[in-house]
Amino acid sequence: MSTAPVIELAGLTKAYNLGTPVETEVLHGIDLSLAEGEFAALIGPSGSGKSTLLNIIGLLERPTGGRLSIGGRDTARLSEAEITQLRGRSIGFVFQFHHLLPAFTALENVMMPSIIARGRPDDAAEATALELLDAVGLKAHALKKPAELSGGQQQRVAIARALALRPRLILADEPTGNLDTHTADDIFALLREFNRQSNCACLIVTHDPRLAARCDRIVQLVDGRIADDGPAAG
Amino acid sequence: MKFRLPFAPIVALRFLREGRMQTLLILAGTTGGVAVIVFLTQLITQLQAQIVDRVLGSQAHVVIRPAEEVNRRAIDDAGFASIVEPRAQRLRSIDQWENIARLAADMPGVTAVSPVVTGPAFAVRGQASKSVALMGVDAERYRRIVRMEEYMVAGRFAVEGTRAVIGSELAKDLGIRMDDKLRVALPNGRDELLQVGGIFDIGNKDLNRRWVFVTLPLAQSLLDLPGGVSNLDLTVADIFEAQPVADRLRGATSLNVESWMQTNAQLLAALRNQSVSNNLIRSFVVIIVALGIASVLVVSVVQKQKEIGILRAMGASRAMILQVFLIQGAVVGAVGSVLGSALAFTLLNVFSAIYRNADGQPLFAAELEPRFIAMAALVATAVGLLSALIPARRAARMDPVQAIRS
Ligand SMILES: Nc1ncnc2c1ncn2[C@@H]1O[C@H](COP(=O)(O)OP(=O)(O)O)[C@@H](O)[C@H]1O
Ligand SMILES: [Mg+2]
Repeated sequence: MSTAPVIELAGLTKAYNLGTPVETEVLHGIDLSLAEGEFAALIGPSGSGKSTLLNIIGLLERPTGGRLSIGGRDTARLSEAEITQLRGRSIGFVFQFHHLLPAFTALENVMMPSIIARGRPDDAAEATALELLDAVGLKAHALKKPAELSGGQQQRVAIARALALRPRLILADEPTGNLDTHTADDIFALLREFNRQSNCACLIVTHDPRLAARCDRIVQLVDGRIADDGPAAG
Repeated sequence: MKFRLPFAPIVALRFLREGRMQTLLILAGTTGGVAVIVFLTQLITQLQAQIVDRVLGSQAHVVIRPAEEVNRRAIDDAGFASIVEPRAQRLRSIDQWENIARLAADMPGVTAVSPVVTGPAFAVRGQASKSVALMGVDAERYRRIVRMEEYMVAGRFAVEGTRAVIGSELAKDLGIRMDDKLRVALPNGRDELLQVGGIFDIGNKDLNRRWVFVTLPLAQSLLDLPGGVSNLDLTVADIFEAQPVADRLRGATSLNVESWMQTNAQLLAALRNQSVSNNLIRSFVVIIVALGIASVLVVSVVQKQKEIGILRAMGASRAMILQVFLIQGAVVGAVGSVLGSALAFTLLNVFSAIYRNADGQPLFAAELEPRFIAMAALVATAVGLLSALIPARRAARMDPVQAIRS
């Protein structure tokens, strides 16, 4: 395993409602780095700032203070357009609620990151998307709309979509949060398998200690601070 | 490799298809608006063209007459100042009319020149006598001013010797038929026995009662204008260029030159007012359609908040989201213009079948000029695009996290 850091956070803070009487700091100086191929769980009580941290790393939100580097690039120096491009090409998201586009088929949803990155669909993107759907066991459902799929199937489509551009970083926010144990295990196994195949870094928020134990590393967040960070026990 | 649309149109079309009811509603509104505009424009254009056509059916586009005579009365002994007052106009000839006719014929935009000698006379038959206008013309040349041959109900439009062409009302009033004799008497005491060689119906009762066409030399001798003409009638290539042509001729000859646009100033003013009110109606319809498209898209942006957030999370830029909504507006406008033009065509067919002239002819033709369809497509697409501007900007500015967290 290589040790080049995919993400690097130093003293990162995030405050909401900045400059108002209800100003609240949610993250208080986070230091964290994730290496290529690392498969880490992010755990912590509800409201501890896990989603906020993930959204900041995913470039959906900007931090209030501190430093965030992705692939060695300091994100504070990037323009809005560069941020958008970096997000699209290097980061794959999996959300708790699949967040698929209801108007598009499973295949089109998986192709969408490529359509966005290259401006239009092409045969290569379609072939890749079909491969990915095959890998998550949904090739037969490629032309179905999300509403025609079960919760587990939807989440598998969402994982295929996150992998569409072979991102170097996968961020998953409670990807198994509303799935039954058996389905959750499947989804988790899928993420793990892709992590091994493509050597991408993965940061997975989970409430399930069983799943966290199957990661390489566990980062625990309490009240906006990293309380514990180390290899998984099992 | 099959043809594939780029990102923004793909998503725009899918959003429109997904929002079925809303899309149908704005499409219906846009279609209705386009139909009203195209229908009205086509109708008014046709009716106005018909009115102008009818007016010019019996009129020269430009008429040259001798300069008006005025009395000058000196009011001081030196004669430096004078009062100019009008005086009763006697029949006069245009000085050197052959030269003027040549000058007019050479003027750009003028397509025909015809000399006319006209003056008052009485048509007498038995005890009956009618006041008429004697018209001395060269039939061949006059046909290029007023298309008399199209109006003939008997005989031909040709004059020679003492053969004359009269109108259907005069023929009825005096009980005259083809080849009958008719005497004309003039205020100066001259008279002549004519033979009717043709009867016309020009669609205007007054003219059907008044015009008596004879040869140019006969009219000249009866009206005491040997070798002279009382006016030169002109046809121009573009009827709405008649005024500038008349102005140029007046400048060049200092004669009294009048275009049909001056003669029919009131009619033209009425037509212009009609155009103004038509434009007003069109503007209102455009504004209402624009508001309709904008409001539906504003709602759609709010409904699509989550999708917009997802697309942004996958790397779609603000500009791409902006395009998605602009295209929706443009597509609604473009499709609405096609459907609206089709609806306008249907309306034109229905109404032209319902509304007919007294003679049973349709009031207007059920035709739709391609330029109006092109105009509708252009305007509707532009309006759609502009109406989408505000909603699209809202969509582009939306915070992706807000949508994803909920
Ligand atoms: N947009 C916001 N404005 C103000 N407070 C926010 C906002 N988003 C999140 N928070 C607050 O930040 C804290 C952390 O939230 P979150 O990151 O969602 O926690 P977790 O994912 O660990 O449950 C919570 O107290 C939440 O209320
Ligand atoms: Mg959360």
